[in-house]
Amino acid sequence: MIKPIVHFFGDEQYARPRRRLFYVVLVLIVVADFLVSREHAEYLWDSLPGWSALYGFVSCVLLIFVSKFLGHRVRLMRREDYYD
Amino acid sequence: MTDFIHPALLFILGALPIPFLSGSVRKAYLLLIPALAILAVLAMEPGSYGEARFIGQEILIAKVDKLSIVFATVFTIMALIGMVYALHLTDAGQHMAAFVYVGSALGVVFAGDYLTLFLFWEGMAFASAYLVFAQRGGPAIRAGFRYLMVHITGGVVLLGGIISHGLATGSLLFGPIAGGLTNGGMGVGDYLILAGFILNAAVPPLNAWLTDAYPEATVTGAVFMSAFTTKTAVYVLARAFPGTELLVWLGTIMALYGVIYAVLENDCRRLLAYHIVSQVGYMIAGIGIGTEMAVNGAASHAFAHILYKALLFMGAGAVIYVTGRRKLTELGGLYKTMPLTVALYMVGALAISAFPFFSGFVTKSMVIAAAGADHRALVVLALTMASSGTFLHTGLKLPYYMFFGTDRKLEAREPPRNMLIAMGMAAVLCIAIGVFPQPLYALLPYPVDFEPYTGLHVMESLGLLMFTALGFVLFLWALDPEQTISLDTDWFYRKGARAFMWLAERPLARYEQAVSNVSETAALPLLHGAARAGLRLDLAGVDAVVNGIAHSILHGGGRLRRLQTGVVTHYVLAMVVGLIAATVVFVVAWR
Repeated sequence: MIKPIVHFFGDEQYARPRRRLFYVVLVLIVVADFLVSREHAEYLWDSLPGWSALYGFVSCVLLIFVSKFLGHRVRLMRREDYYD
Repeated sequence: MTDFIHPALLFILGALPIPFLSGSVRKAYLLLIPALAILAVLAMEPGSYGEARFIGQEILIAKVDKLSIVFATVFTIMALIGMVYALHLTDAGQHMAAFVYVGSALGVVFAGDYLTLFLFWEGMAFASAYLVFAQRGGPAIRAGFRYLMVHITGGVVLLGGIISHGLATGSLLFGPIAGGLTNGGMGVGDYLILAGFILNAAVPPLNAWLTDAYPEATVTGAVFMSAFTTKTAVYVLARAFPGTELLVWLGTIMALYGVIYAVLENDCRRLLAYHIVSQVGYMIAGIGIGTEMAVNGAASHAFAHILYKALLFMGAGAVIYVTGRRKLTELGGLYKTMPLTVALYMVGALAISAFPFFSGFVTKSMVIAAAGADHRALVVLALTMASSGTFLHTGLKLPYYMFFGTDRKLEAREPPRNMLIAMGMAAVLCIAIGVFPQPLYALLPYPVDFEPYTGLHVMESLGLLMFTALGFVLFLWALDPEQTISLDTDWFYRKGARAFMWLAERPLARYEQAVSNVSETAALPLLHGAARAGLRLDLAGVDAVVNGIAHSILHGGGRLRRLQTGVVTHYVLAMVVGLIAATVVFVVAWR
């Protein structure tokens, strides 16, 4: 059972259904976020439907580009023989 | 004292027979000891055991309460899983080092006073260093020495702190220090103790030893290392410094620091090591917040973290074991030949990312909720962002480039069965804790009033994680691993040591210059005469001798060099043996 699942995520032939499934899940999450009860919202952003989706996406993009900026421009990344 | 068996002794004394056993007897023995230790911890009653006096100080070998039992439980479970994973090894030294390492970690967890704590603290450093040295080869030996140097320095700082704390308060009993409410702020000694502790917790800027050494350790050694040193530090911080404001901020910075570096990393186990830094950040922040819920969160997160992080290290270790490669730029396409490893690794990845029904979900959220309940909006946002980064790397980037991505046509197969079983054990626990968090919650130091499975929380987590995945899919082109290493704070002592060597060599060079000046002006004419006289003698006899000596030195040098790498491991092994002996003497004296 495990093998077909792993292959579904790896094989090129499943690329289209994989992408479709992914987008369906994303839409479902946003829709469900509008339906869920928000009585216990602690902060302002907790009461906004879709907030966590937006925050997750923005965080991801920020982390990628800030890190790569630090790596390339601030020169944290060096050749592998730097210490040799 | 009758029904208390110290699990640390079980491991440390239990390490002694290992080299004398072989084959399946040894395998059975290696599993028996951790199993007995789990039973010993389960049977344990809270209380104080082994009070004594030593150099005029009160000693308390073992103080058992709920906090120590949480850590001891997961430590012993992890010891069993780690031993299963390492069962195929024939190297007795590594098994012994692992036993002493686990035993020392347990010794710290039960230590009731600072002297006992310090003894086991150092034991951990030496035993774990062996697991790096055992990898052999230049990079590992050098990393092992750096690891040892940093920990010895940290140990000295800790000892200094302990002594001045003892002088200031008149007691060496290990207990809550901070808060500053009860005893009017922290003294110098308390800050030194804190520094010693946060070094082992790998709090930036004292984090580089971890990410430097762990990827260089043996495949099985790194699994043990990922579990014990930092989490022991989390335990002692939770015991001594709950509610220290500084820790909230250090922990929050740490959580983001780890994920930022993880973007840059190309070595698979170094990437995972940066995620230890990140995950320990949540625990440190929880301890800093210091409310009952936050300390519960930190303890439970440590519990879950040990299991899923070990699972991730086991997965990456299996890949290294099978392919001999560790860089993401050289891996890819392994899912066809290693589907079970992929699936088990992904369980760990989903657990660390805090997907609903996995262990991270029920523990990490407790820390974040505690920060929210303490009205720390910034901490909540930063830790949530770090969660996104965790999934981005451990759940998406690493498996993508290691198992999927470009097919490098590597020859691979599933790892040995014992490795798969160990990963399976950890994976089952990751899911079991996520689905049934109550037994873990019951183990925590304070009563738990927290329900992770609310509709809002589940949806928030799914939204955060799946849209992180969207970001990954869209910006995959920017994430390709690069053949680089990243500068971290180890730069200061790696380059600093070189500067020191340069300084040391300069005066030497000058001295040499001066000597040769003298010889050229005064001694040279004199020598010329003598040289001419000696030439005949030289040509006849001495040359042959010199050549002979030079040859033997050349050979001897080569042999010495070969001997040296061996000696390093032996040297550490000797220290480990010495440590066991010291413990034995200690126990006998205590009886």
